[in-house]
This record gives sequence, structure tokens and C-alpha cells, in this order.
Amino acid sequence: MTNVFRGCGAVFYKEVLHVRRDFATLFFSLIIPILQMTLLGYGIDTNIRQINTVVFNADGRRESRELIDRLKNSDTFHVMRHVQNDRDLNDMIVSGRARVGIKIPVDYSDRLLHQMSAQVLVLIDGSDSSVAGPAINVTTAIGLDESLRRVLPSGASFAVDMRPKLMFNPDSRSPNFFLPGLTAILLLNVTTFLTSFSIVREKERGTLEQLFVTPVRPMGLLLGKLLPYLGIGFFELSMILGFMRFVFRVPIHGNVLLLAFLSLPYLFVSLSLGILISSKANTQAEAMQLAFLTILPSVFFSGYIFPRETIPAVLYPISYFIPATYFINIARGIILRGAGLVHLWADGLALFVLGTVLLILAARRFHNKVIMA
Amino acid sequence: MATEPQSPVRAAISAEHLVRRFGGFTAVNDVTFRVEKGEIFGFLGPNGSGKTTVIKMLTGLLPLSGGSAHVEGLDVRTDSEAVRERIGYMSQNFSLYYDLTVEENLKFYGRIYSLEPARLKRRMEEIIQLNGLGPYLKRLAAQLSGGWKQRLALGCAMLHEPQLLFLDEPTAGIDPVARRQLWDLLFELSGHGITFFVTTHYMDEAERCSHVAYIYYGKLIADGTPDSLRQLPEVQPDGTRRVEFTAPEVTRALRLARGIPGIRSATIFGQSVHALVDENLSLDGLRRELAENGIAVDEIRPLAPSLEDVFVELTYKQESLLEAASD
Repeated sequence: MTNVFRGCGAVFYKEVLHVRRDFATLFFSLIIPILQMTLLGYGIDTNIRQINTVVFNADGRRESRELIDRLKNSDTFHVMRHVQNDRDLNDMIVSGRARVGIKIPVDYSDRLLHQMSAQVLVLIDGSDSSVAGPAINVTTAIGLDESLRRVLPSGASFAVDMRPKLMFNPDSRSPNFFLPGLTAILLLNVTTFLTSFSIVREKERGTLEQLFVTPVRPMGLLLGKLLPYLGIGFFELSMILGFMRFVFRVPIHGNVLLLAFLSLPYLFVSLSLGILISSKANTQAEAMQLAFLTILPSVFFSGYIFPRETIPAVLYPISYFIPATYFINIARGIILRGAGLVHLWADGLALFVLGTVLLILAARRFHNKVIMA
Repeated sequence: MATEPQSPVRAAISAEHLVRRFGGFTAVNDVTFRVEKGEIFGFLGPNGSGKTTVIKMLTGLLPLSGGSAHVEGLDVRTDSEAVRERIGYMSQNFSLYYDLTVEENLKFYGRIYSLEPARLKRRMEEIIQLNGLGPYLKRLAAQLSGGWKQRLALGCAMLHEPQLLFLDEPTAGIDPVARRQLWDLLFELSGHGITFFVTTHYMDEAERCSHVAYIYYGKLIADGTPDSLRQLPEVQPDGTRRVEFTAPEVTRALRLARGIPGIRSATIFGQSVHALVDENLSLDGLRRELAENGIAVDEIRPLAPSLEDVFVELTYKQESLLEAASD
């Protein structure tokens, strides 16, 4: 009678029956991640290309047309219209039809021919900072490059030649960046929701009360409930990884088995979170709200969409308590950077510690608020 | 053990001076009772009076704030797990898994109690036989009617052959036929030596119990066989007796009867009035008394107090004690 996991097998058997019978819930909880992946994989591209650009070329000679061609060829600008006066140039930007306006003055070619500095006006719509940044960078770079070409004798090389090399994601593909992080959010979704629902449902039905009067030990009950959802979480992880690899063509540079291994502490954390939620919530609607509450910080403070560096210093420490922070680092590390256990053990350990703390907290709350209530 | 006059080992339940406090609130206040093996023990009381708290203490779910309790000879404070091994519990909402079939519900509880496959098979056959669940084995529990849900719940609760069953309002919300069938089953099982701890709001069910107790705001105010409770001096004060009479206009009869000296209290039961009257008032005298007041009595006869009368009297008495204490 000292088996603290007593009843685990029986509860596991029952949970599997529930899942099989409620196939629709399972189906949707597995299909929605695929939908989210498709949206994020195809729909979101953080690389700014083809910014709508309006040009007022007051000069019109060869030098000015060459400059416009260079802007076009950068792939950053899409010249959608040529105008003939300042007012039209301005209107196009104010109305939002163009983000960038380029005005080449009438004396552009003349000044270049006389070795004088020629000015080009670049108007940029600052209302969208993610567009403004690349627009500034690319126009500045093109201006600098043009100047150097004119100053340096032909055949001469730059004194300092910066050679930036993008490691791991050389084409800056957005799916490569988003999808590994998305695994963290989706796993959290499914496991936390499903576990908390499965416990809260028993609260609503009154069957939990019944179970406490049987020899089932609380740890046996919780473990028996966690294991099936751990299995589902694992299945979902494989599904997401397969989809990511073969549909979105995100190469996996590291060891998939290591990723599977390190996802264990992460699943452990999110399942414990599910138990914690179920100790608080009395209805499935309440559980749903609480579960959403855990999703938001995971999206915003984990570095999933916005880099953690952009979090204000006051809020930065929060990111250390978000399990997704560690798993996103693990997933991106293994998938994109080919990192090994040597690089990622600390993240795994952090997750394990978080999970243990949460489970103890959840078990205590469960004991005090649910069993003894 | 031999030196103790009332050995706790002999009784199915023996509770001594049970106390349970929640913060400053005393939910169960010095409750002592004893349930012998094979009894059908009816535990009554208004909602929120501490019935569920007592059950939770006896099943080891709630620690005791004071006193002691033995269930099947085991101390609930130290042996709660062994207690849960030996008891069955059926809650008022039947606590079944609706998306599981009848058979799966039974199997699940069999596994919970770690029954070996051979024993589980034998017990399932016995339960199915006893409760007549045979035709419904493959049906989802959700699709059963109230009475059948209750039978299944009872089956689940007794799969592991407990000698003591706690039934928390087992008949709430089920039809009268199912209610009677359940009681027939309880009598049969009790004949085999199984003890039942039943809570109920139905007075007719209380009358069928071999032993009843009434808890009122944490205090046990009645404990005994239904007959012994009817004999209590508080219920039948010296110099009084109970009568029942029928009259055509029963509400008007009640109003008038309450004004007659010698009638201490009166209440309506269906088409008749139950009254507590002075002993020296004879039946004929009472009939005359009523006729003078314009009530043409059809029939008049002496009446034994019902359990409801008992609980009403005891509640009044307890309330006046509480009021006196708070003044």
C-alpha cells in the first residue's frame, strides 16, 4: 500500500478511452496547429521586399535613370509610379499608396559630371517602423556605393571590406525563423489545454470526488492523466516537425532525437501548468481563460515573434520564467544552428527545474483546494 | 481492547466526539455515534448541516480537528488508505463517466481497486446479475435513465465487495419505481451483512432505515432506531398525545384548531390535520370542541409521531437552546 502511484494504470486506461471516444477534440487540437503553421509559414514574411515607391525624376538623364535602376534592382523598392511635381510625390505618401518617395533634382547629372556632390531626397513613411528601417539602410548603402565608385580609380578595392555572412539561415527565410519557435507555442497549447480540461471535466461531473474516496493516490491520478497527453504532445511534436521539414523545407541541422529528448522537460512543464490551472478552475470555460492567460506571455516574452532584446529592461526578467523561452532556444538551436547537448543542457535543466517547481506547487494546491475542499 | 466496554473493532463505524473546524467556523461539533454491522444507517439533516463533512472525515478525506473515528475497525486518522480499500462510496450525482460504456465504467473501477482479472470477471458477472445491467453493457452511461445510472453507480461502488457503503442521497432525482427497487436491493444486501450509511431528504426513506441520526448545524440532535426516536420525551412531552383528524375544509380547520385550548400544535398532512393535544382531552371531547368551533370532523384517531414530527420537534428545541445561548 506504499505505492504512491496507485491507480495510475487504471486512470491511464480510462483517459485513453476518453480520447478515443472524443476523437473530434483530438482531431481539432491536432489540425489547428497545422492551420496555424500554414498561416505563419506562408503568410508572414518579415523580410521587407518590393516597397511601393514613387519617383519624381526632375533630371531624366542617363545618370539619374541608372540610379533608379539600381534602386529597383535592390529588390527592396518597387517603383510603382513616376510623378512630375513635388505635390504629387507628397500626396502619394500621405495617401499611403507609396511608402517611399524619391526625388532626383534637375541638376543631378550636371553636378556629378562636375565632380560636385549631388543630393537625392528620399521621403520615407515613418508610420511603419519595420518598413522605414530597411528603406533607410538600402538607400544609404546605394548612395555610399555610388559615391565610392566615382571616387575610387577603376579596379581599386575598398580599404576595409566587410563581408557579412549569415550563418544558419542564409536566405533569411521567415519559416526557418518562425516555425521552430512555433513548435513551442503549439505544444504548450495542446498539452496545457488538454490536461487542464481533462481534470476540470471530472470536477464538473463529480467523478473527481468519487476517485478521492477510492484507493487511488493523488500522484497516481495525476500521472495517469499526464501520460496520455504526454503521448499526444509527443505525437504532435513529430507531426509539426515533419510538416516543417517536408512541407516548408526548413532544414534540421541538429539531432532530432536530442530535440525529442529535450522536449520532455518542456512537456513536463506545460502539463504541470495544466494541473495548476485545473486546481484553480472549476469549469471548462474558466480553464480556457486561464490557459489563454499562459499563452500570451509565451508569445510576447519568449522571443517567439519579437526578439527578447526588444523587451524593456523592467520586464526582461519575466522572460526567464516563461518556459517557451528555453524551448524556443532549444528548438532554434537544434533545428537551425545544429546545436548539441553541450550548448543546450542549461536550457533543458532550466525547464526541468521550472517543471518540478510547478508540479510541486500544483500538487500542493490540488491537495489543499481540491481534495480537502 | 478487551478492557474497553465498546470496542471500536466490532462496529462498522464508531465516531467519538468528532469535531471539524474551518477557520473560526465549527462545521461538525462533538458528534458521537456508532453504526453496527449490517445496519442501514440513515443520516439526515438540512443542507449545509455537516452531513458531507462527516462523510469526508469518515472516508479519510478531511483530517479531524478533534475526536476519533474508526471505520471497519481502522483508525481513519492513521489508516485512511486501508479504509478506502474497504468502503464503497456513491455520490448523489452518480459520478459516472458518461462517455464510457456501462462495461467500461465497471472495468475502470475494477482496475482502481486492483482486482485480479479472474476476480473482476466474477464480480462483474455478479453485479450485472444483481443489478440487471446485462442488456445495457455496451451502452454509453450518458444514455441510461436516472434509475439505471444509479444502479450502475452502485455497481461500481460495490465491485470490490466492500462491507460498508456510503450512499450520499442515492435517490435524489430518480423515479419512484427506481427508488423502491433501490431500497429493495439495499435490504437484500443488508441481509448479507453489508452496512449502509445513507443520507437522504426523504422521510419515508428514513422510516425504512434500521438506525437514523439527525444532524443540525453541526450537532447531532437525534440518534437511534426510528421507534426509539418516536418515544423520545421531547417529541412526546408528558401529558400530551398526537391525533389525526380529517375535515372537509382542511385549511380552515387548521386555522380554527390552532385557536382551541388544549391543542398545542397542529399541521396539515394532505387532507388531514396532525395535532399535538393535551392528554386529558379525549377524542370525543376533541370532536365536540371542534364541532363547537364549526369544524365538522369526518374521522378522528390517535397517531404515532412520524420521524418528520420527531425532527421538527428536535429542531425547535435545538433552536430555542441556541437562541437562549446567544441572548
